[in-house]
Amino acid sequence: MGMPSRPTLIVRSLVAGRRSVVSSTAPRSAPADPASEALGGARLLSAYRTMVLARALDERCLALQRQGRIGFYAPHSGEEAALVGSAMAMEPDDWIFPAYRELTVALVRGTSLQSVVDQLFADAGDASKGRQMPNHFAFREQHFVSVSSPIGTQITHAVGAAMAARYRKAPVATITYFGDGATSSNDFHAGLNFAGVFRAPTIFFCQNNEWAISLPRERQTRSATLAMKAEAYGFPGVVVDGNDVGEVYRAVRAARHRAVAGEGPTLIEAQVYRLGPHSTSDDPRRYRNDQEVEAARGRDPIHRLRTELTKAGAWDDARDAALVEDLRGTIAAAIARAEATPPVDPLSLFDDVFARATPRLEAEREECAAHPAAERKSP
Amino acid sequence: MTELTLVQAVNRGLQEAMRSDPDVVVLGEDVGVNGGVFRATEGLLKEFGADRVLDTPLSETGIVGSAIGMALYGLKPVAEIQFLDFIYPAFDQIVSELAKMRYRSGGQFPCHVVVRAPYGGGIKGGLYHSQSTEAYFCHTAGLKVVIPSTPADAKGLLLSAVADEDPVIFLEPKRIYRSVTGEVPDGDQRVPFGVARTVRPGHDVSVFAYGAMVPVATEAAAGVEAEGISAEVIDLRSLVPLDEAAVLASVAKTGRAVVVHEAARFCGFGAEVAALLAERAFFSLKAPIARVTGYDTPFPYALENVYLPDNGRVAAAIRATAQAG
Repeated sequence: MGMPSRPTLIVRSLVAGRRSVVSSTAPRSAPADPASEALGGARLLSAYRTMVLARALDERCLALQRQGRIGFYAPHSGEEAALVGSAMAMEPDDWIFPAYRELTVALVRGTSLQSVVDQLFADAGDASKGRQMPNHFAFREQHFVSVSSPIGTQITHAVGAAMAARYRKAPVATITYFGDGATSSNDFHAGLNFAGVFRAPTIFFCQNNEWAISLPRERQTRSATLAMKAEAYGFPGVVVDGNDVGEVYRAVRAARHRAVAGEGPTLIEAQVYRLGPHSTSDDPRRYRNDQEVEAARGRDPIHRLRTELTKAGAWDDARDAALVEDLRGTIAAAIARAEATPPVDPLSLFDDVFARATPRLEAEREECAAHPAAERKSP
Repeated sequence: MTELTLVQAVNRGLQEAMRSDPDVVVLGEDVGVNGGVFRATEGLLKEFGADRVLDTPLSETGIVGSAIGMALYGLKPVAEIQFLDFIYPAFDQIVSELAKMRYRSGGQFPCHVVVRAPYGGGIKGGLYHSQSTEAYFCHTAGLKVVIPSTPADAKGLLLSAVADEDPVIFLEPKRIYRSVTGEVPDGDQRVPFGVARTVRPGHDVSVFAYGAMVPVATEAAAGVEAEGISAEVIDLRSLVPLDEAAVLASVAKTGRAVVVHEAARFCGFGAEVAALLAERAFFSLKAPIARVTGYDTPFPYALENVYLPDNGRVAAAIRATAQAG
């Protein structure tokens, strides 16, 4: 098994945004038999590094929010294997319809860490021009579609895009991410139903993290599993251990093969646990106990993969310490750069409402410009 | 030129758009085999096939949500909502997703969907086949809202809607789907957004209307002419963007304004027109602005004709406005 010879270089490629973690390790081939596909060797190490980066970013961003340096943050700790494994199974031409806990997916697809951090700071470097709260990313180049806050609305979008791809005869699949709570939403039903009827090449990737803010999974639905809901829509649903990056990868890879082969959609329920709060506005001690969280920490996907890699002789404590230190430095540099980036231009407020501003919007822009600059404050 | 009804003109507009661009697809309930409950999509399935004319399951959020996904991928979907009254399951998709996609992504993800819906009363449709709730959509930044009142505008505005880069709510006055006929230019003849149409010129009172109220306003204006009142009728036809210049120019000439719509009065589109005049034409006004609208009640079944503005109510408002001050 290959050694992680240049972790620093790979992390820098994230910052530069020119290469993804995936493409910086090994070119992918598409074997005929999806069951034979597995994450191994350099790609498994790459997966591990991204998972550690994701965790380190979570820790840092929670602190940034507490310090008042960013306005909000939705952590993904405990879901790293599900995020990385699923993202690595998709191809560059595929489309991603994320919820708000999927920044790691964008990183895997080659979005730079700097772009992610700039969005959190809503600064002039933000690809979305400071229009949204933190975690509501949009990265065109990576087909990482704009995130909204209403729950489940992206599910039908993924189905429509998949239908469009098939209409264009493109070998493309779409994947949409959502949580256990979203399975109760209107668009979950509409999206899965449409996908079944139109045999859309879509993967419904449900991260069942046990909690929809304060509501536990068993209060969301009486279904024994979330995956079994697929049966009623006429396509397969599978449960995977979301703490096992390899299992997630294989399941999504198989679903992707099905999709592009014209065999229709798949619902995947990745069973994970939300180790942190729903968001920085949430106090989970109000609705769940510490023993439950501690038990979940015993199943931590990062610990699990580290143990696996160490047993295989591909990793050790010294490398791990060096990686963590290196990633923390990289994250700190991205934050420093974001904090040195100017705020968004106040008069950009009127851009992108329409392709071209209407006369009314131009008049409002002039009205806004007439206010003294000192009265304007960036978020 | 071809003589068509308004609904036939919608049909020709869709046909023309689909012939000229393979990215245009049509989806909705009963739009394929059945040709739409009003026959607006008749013949499209036969000509363009099931890949481009999609009979969908009965879910408005599914129709608009999947249309959004198609548009993000690069297609130009035209979604039909069977009646405007049934659009609310898709309201979240329209106001939270469709309207905001371009803005919230900083311009990275334009999202061009045309949502067509028959709207308005006068067909004995009761509460849920009659409402005129265009103001909900006009109030949402990021949506364009247009309403034709003639066959030529139905086709011309629809072609503009499909060619536009922004989401468009295209509302069709079903009451006059078949009662109004007119000459419609052949081919890809577009009517631009943001330009009002002067239906009849006049110099005493300006009457602003749109959709099915345009014939009502025109009839009333013609009726008061014998009384020596010269009423100018302007079909707004593009509510967002609104041709503010045309509204202001007309009132600069007449000094008197009547706004007619079938939607409820409170916070209706007429309030915006009245506010525009109060803000920017105040010193031209010689009389209070009048609004002739549906009442602030739910839409009634048996009393539909009491609720809807008619010739008598509009004529009375024109007279009162002409004589005031």
